[in-house]
Amino acid sequence: MTDGGVSVKVDGRGQAASGGPAGGRAMDLVSLYPRDMNIYGDSGNVLTVSRRLSLYGYEPRIHRINQGDPWPERVDLILGGGGQDHGQGRIIEDLFERADTLRAAAEAGVPMLMVCGLYQLFGRYFETIDGDRLDGIGIIGAYSLGRPVRMIGNLLEHTADFGTAIGYENHSGQTFLDEGVEPLGTVDTDGCGNNGEDRTEGARVHNVIGTYLHGSLLPKNPAISDFLIRTAVENRYGQGSFDRGAAPGAAELARLDQVAAKARETTAARPR
Amino acid sequence: MDGGDSGRGGSRQAKGAGTDALQAQAPDLRRPWYGFAALPAGKAARALSRLTHHGGSALPGKVVEGLDPTFLARTLGRLPMGVVLVSGTNGKTTTTRMVASMLQSLGLKVFTNPTGSNFTRGVVSSLVTELGPGSRGRLDADIAVLELDEAYAVHFVRQVRPRYALLLNVMRDQLDRFGEIDNTARLLGSVAQATTGKLVLNREDTRIAGLAKLAPKGAQVRYFGLDDALLSYFPSDDEMHEGDAGVQAGGAAARVAARPEHGLAADVVLDEVGIHKAAFTLDGRRMDTAVKLEGVYNLYNAAAALALVRAVLADRQAAVGTPAPSDSELMAALSRVTPAFGRGEVISYRGAPVELVLVKNPMGFRLALASFDPAGTDTMIAIRDEYADGRDMSWLWDVDFASLRSGGVAMVSGTRAYDMALRLDYDQVPVGAVEPDLEAALHTFVDAHPGVAKRIYCTYTAMLRLRAELSKITDVADAGVGA
Repeated sequence: MTDGGVSVKVDGRGQAASGGPAGGRAMDLVSLYPRDMNIYGDSGNVLTVSRRLSLYGYEPRIHRINQGDPWPERVDLILGGGGQDHGQGRIIEDLFERADTLRAAAEAGVPMLMVCGLYQLFGRYFETIDGDRLDGIGIIGAYSLGRPVRMIGNLLEHTADFGTAIGYENHSGQTFLDEGVEPLGTVDTDGCGNNGEDRTEGARVHNVIGTYLHGSLLPKNPAISDFLIRTAVENRYGQGSFDRGAAPGAAELARLDQVAAKARETTAARPR
Repeated sequence: MDGGDSGRGGSRQAKGAGTDALQAQAPDLRRPWYGFAALPAGKAARALSRLTHHGGSALPGKVVEGLDPTFLARTLGRLPMGVVLVSGTNGKTTTTRMVASMLQSLGLKVFTNPTGSNFTRGVVSSLVTELGPGSRGRLDADIAVLELDEAYAVHFVRQVRPRYALLLNVMRDQLDRFGEIDNTARLLGSVAQATTGKLVLNREDTRIAGLAKLAPKGAQVRYFGLDDALLSYFPSDDEMHEGDAGVQAGGAAARVAARPEHGLAADVVLDEVGIHKAAFTLDGRRMDTAVKLEGVYNLYNAAAALALVRAVLADRQAAVGTPAPSDSELMAALSRVTPAFGRGEVISYRGAPVELVLVKNPMGFRLALASFDPAGTDTMIAIRDEYADGRDMSWLWDVDFASLRSGGVAMVSGTRAYDMALRLDYDQVPVGAVEPDLEAALHTFVDAHPGVAKRIYCTYTAMLRLRAELSKITDVADAGVGA
């Protein structure tokens, strides 16, 4: 292995199992609702964070939290994905039970990535096409409206802190940010992004990123991966604890990012 | 919510549907005055498309549909044993080929759409090719066995109600096209509702088994299924996405408990799978047979095909008295079926086999990886993102590539070669080379290590191009068919 001897057990789904040899500094990740909110390769985001953490010399511990599962004692980073209508229906009650915990974590600066369906549920409410209003947990100041047309396709957006973010969107809900809420990025044309109208995409609140981009997002956007990882590591182990140059897997990280750069180049040149 | 419009379908689906010239109204079977020209015009278009190497198997269909919109319903409506419609996410082409081949060897004249052009227009094109100059528009066949893409199946059944439908599975496939898996199940639901005779369903797929309740009055439902011990090869779509390994870790007992439909009585059950052999239970009787097909998923498709063939031939016995085949005659018919092109098809190049394995969604890819042992074989993966492949690459992240870790992947190619390479990197699978240009990659790959078997996992349009390129350097059956 090229990760400097920090071994990660990988189970059949390509995700690191919890536990591992003593010595590595532990990092606790929550994969939120992997059973019902894991469409469009969202598990790729979990794999990416866990693999990179081990290359940085940490020992990733993944907690897969489905409905009713106990919340871990320590949570450094939370990843959530999208789902189908029925998946969202199944998790909403549990999400409300965890809302205070999640809100406190967000306010404490725990980094989170919420894609698609959970991005919407992190907002204030969702109004269906029939006018029914479903409450969200309101961590992100935004609301979403069900619309008859899906926005589907490759998408490239300009972000303030992460350069160009590249992914694929596929959603019918249109999201509108409250006054003063920062988007993750801006898009160049109408008909895509949060709502197809205001050229925003995603949202950033505290260290929470909401977005419609899957792809999976993190493998092809290492700047976003490393923002989440750096923030989580520094929250737990203090300033200066994240040093890419000193990472035991620095060479492999550089290689991964070269391949990601090629994949980004291709994606940017493909039809929507 | 995210899928709040799931009943309405995605915009791309709408685009596909919009190009389908035939509408939902009850078909008026009278030809328009210019309908006489439709057939020759279609033939001319086919000849032209061959001449110009356009390769578009749907082009003649487009011409005929435009000139004679009731062509499909009129032509297929005359078949004495009606129409068999095969649909589902994975295995349509292979299963259609099996059904057609078995029915043929058991004495029926079968019309089928063998080119994998599973759109209504592709069916029209195949009909145009089939109808000879003296046919007067009559198809010389007892029955039609048609493979249709889920979205197009809906349009097809508005024009032609199938007597038989064989519905295989619903998996996440090109979600950018169909929206969501539940929406895909709804598409197949309309096929179930339109089926007049027998509806043959996969009892191991909850969404498919659930379509039984949609069968119209008078239609009968039959199931095919798996023995308990084989269930682990076919995790349900939901189990596959379950982060909690509970069901996986619990083994067969937990799987059986998690799937109530598994208890339904099945007409045909796949019992055991060996190398070029398989065992089935037909109405409780166990039968062993040799097969030319490989891979547990192909053999499960064989169980599906057997259930459908039994249903058809029981009806033939009831209608015209021809005795239905014995179990051993059925097995003999199955043992003669060869793999469809690009579905485990083996092409020989300089004395070594080159195997093309079509992969188009996470489940298909996982099953393929589980079915074929990578040891002693050089592996290539070719991923493209044309419309027919699916534009969204997220599906690659739902496949576990760990089984390729020991042998590595010698070559990664296609427009999305670097997406695939990145995916393999994160699964710590060694990658020999990345060459997005398919033809260049193919030559490098097949010319390395003479005498060593080669296997290429490829998406649909990659498969067509690889086959065409291989046909320049070695013998490939039906090269150029399908597009």
